[in-house]
Amino acid sequence: MTRKHRFNSAKLQDNLFKFFALLCTGIGLLVLAVLLIDIMSKGLERINWSFFTNLPSRHFNESGIYTALVGMISLLFFTLLIALPIGIMSGIYLQEYGTKNWFARFVEINIANLAGVPSVIYGILGLQIFVRAAGLGNSILAGGLTLALLIMPIIIVATREAIKAVPNSLREASFGMGATKWQTTKRIVLPAAWGGILTGVILSISRAIGETAPLIVVGALVYVPFIPEGPLDKYTTLPIQIFNWTSRPQQGFVINAAAGIIVLLAFTFLLNGIAILLRNRWYNKIRF
Amino acid sequence: MYKLESNNLHLYYGQKHALKGISLGIKANSVTAFIGPSGCGKSTYLRCFNRMNDLIPNVRIEGEAFIDKINIYGRNIDVYEHRKDIGMVFQKPNPFPKTIYENVAYGLRIIGENSKSLIDDAVEVALRQSALWDEVKDSLNKSALTLSGGQQQRLCIARAIAVKPSVLLMDEPASALDPISTAKIEELIYQLKSEYTIVIVTHNMQQAGRVSDKTAFFYLGELIEYDETRKLFTNPGKEATQNYISGRFG
Repeated sequence: MTRKHRFNSAKLQDNLFKFFALLCTGIGLLVLAVLLIDIMSKGLERINWSFFTNLPSRHFNESGIYTALVGMISLLFFTLLIALPIGIMSGIYLQEYGTKNWFARFVEINIANLAGVPSVIYGILGLQIFVRAAGLGNSILAGGLTLALLIMPIIIVATREAIKAVPNSLREASFGMGATKWQTTKRIVLPAAWGGILTGVILSISRAIGETAPLIVVGALVYVPFIPEGPLDKYTTLPIQIFNWTSRPQQGFVINAAAGIIVLLAFTFLLNGIAILLRNRWYNKIRF
Repeated sequence: MYKLESNNLHLYYGQKHALKGISLGIKANSVTAFIGPSGCGKSTYLRCFNRMNDLIPNVRIEGEAFIDKINIYGRNIDVYEHRKDIGMVFQKPNPFPKTIYENVAYGLRIIGENSKSLIDDAVEVALRQSALWDEVKDSLNKSALTLSGGQQQRLCIARAIAVKPSVLLMDEPASALDPISTAKIEELIYQLKSEYTIVIVTHNMQQAGRVSDKTAFFYLGELIEYDETRKLFTNPGKEATQNYISGRFG
């Protein structure tokens, strides 16, 4: 009798836990769905070709995100130009070459911490160093450098994780053949780690395109009625444009903001989707 | 004249004294088996000959090891060049995540060989020698990871012999394989003996008995006995050897 009783109570606990887990998942999904439906119902009507090709305007129905898109792409270009080589090289050095002493551990912990620093702090750093001290002003270059600082820790950590996942038996095989450290890194470790590194890079891009706070600080929050032509020009980006529109009193600009959010979300979902796809393919390839 | 030789070789992992003064000589074109319980130092000793222990931090080596009378740990030895002359096959098949062809071509690629016809020939010869050619000749551009475990291990042997080393070190090459694949590897070892000096670490005493000319028994970092395989297995000179081969410990 007691055995049956115990069994039932365990089964009850099991079901209760399952119910709560389901409930929590449901809450998360529900919030996301409400957000999406709200944004879609407001903004979808404004999504058309001219929304992508129009410059910002005082009239909401003539306003578009052209400058914001061009600004975002140019900003990303400079961000990646700086962050990719430095981030990936640092990751390779720390994981593959650096000796494992107390200094390496110190650097490791600090890079992990850097990845968690609030982004507005990077904005303040960028303002002080790039905008003021280096005299770059409110330029794309200053913004790109700031965002590069922001995503570099993410790229370094992703690179290290990807390299760490390459089985040591492959390095042994390569060294056993008489390959040097560089040959082993170039021909065996990096090709095997590439999928993981790329996944991290894409996720860092998706982080960068959504960033608003640091860019407000380094001066992207300006009315830019023209397309930037060089790295020292002023610029605006999509999140900033959305932020700008939401602060307008007219209802029409709120609709514009909703439409802008849809575009931004589409970018983020697309990038994250690619990253997940790449990661799955890479994991299947690397598993032994 | 010994192909491989060591003289009072000591190895320390930090404080741990893992090899305690090993001296032995291995003749060219012979198969030598290292046997002994786990942790006895046989794999560590094997790896002294291609300096793979260099990759492990805090390893200290004293004494001498020779290949063709040249000190492997001498000052003017280029460790990368040295390893090119010594092929190694590991316990777990470890093909690169590349094509079958590129796996075998790897050794030639890293010495900067560019001639396609030369590499093609070397790949075919190596795959034939490792008895894999007939199974893979139509799928050379497939990933090596699509092969079975036994095929992967023969591919690793092909990769090692494609650059024509003079020595082949095998660290328990069949311990992760089924009996049929094991038999193929053993057959291969017998075939390769005419061209290479082969040293094989094994946990399987029947295997040592089948493939080797001489056998060395290691225990707790010491070389207990080294003799003709037939004599060591039928009439061992030391009691510890007798106990080990009769399965009383280890």
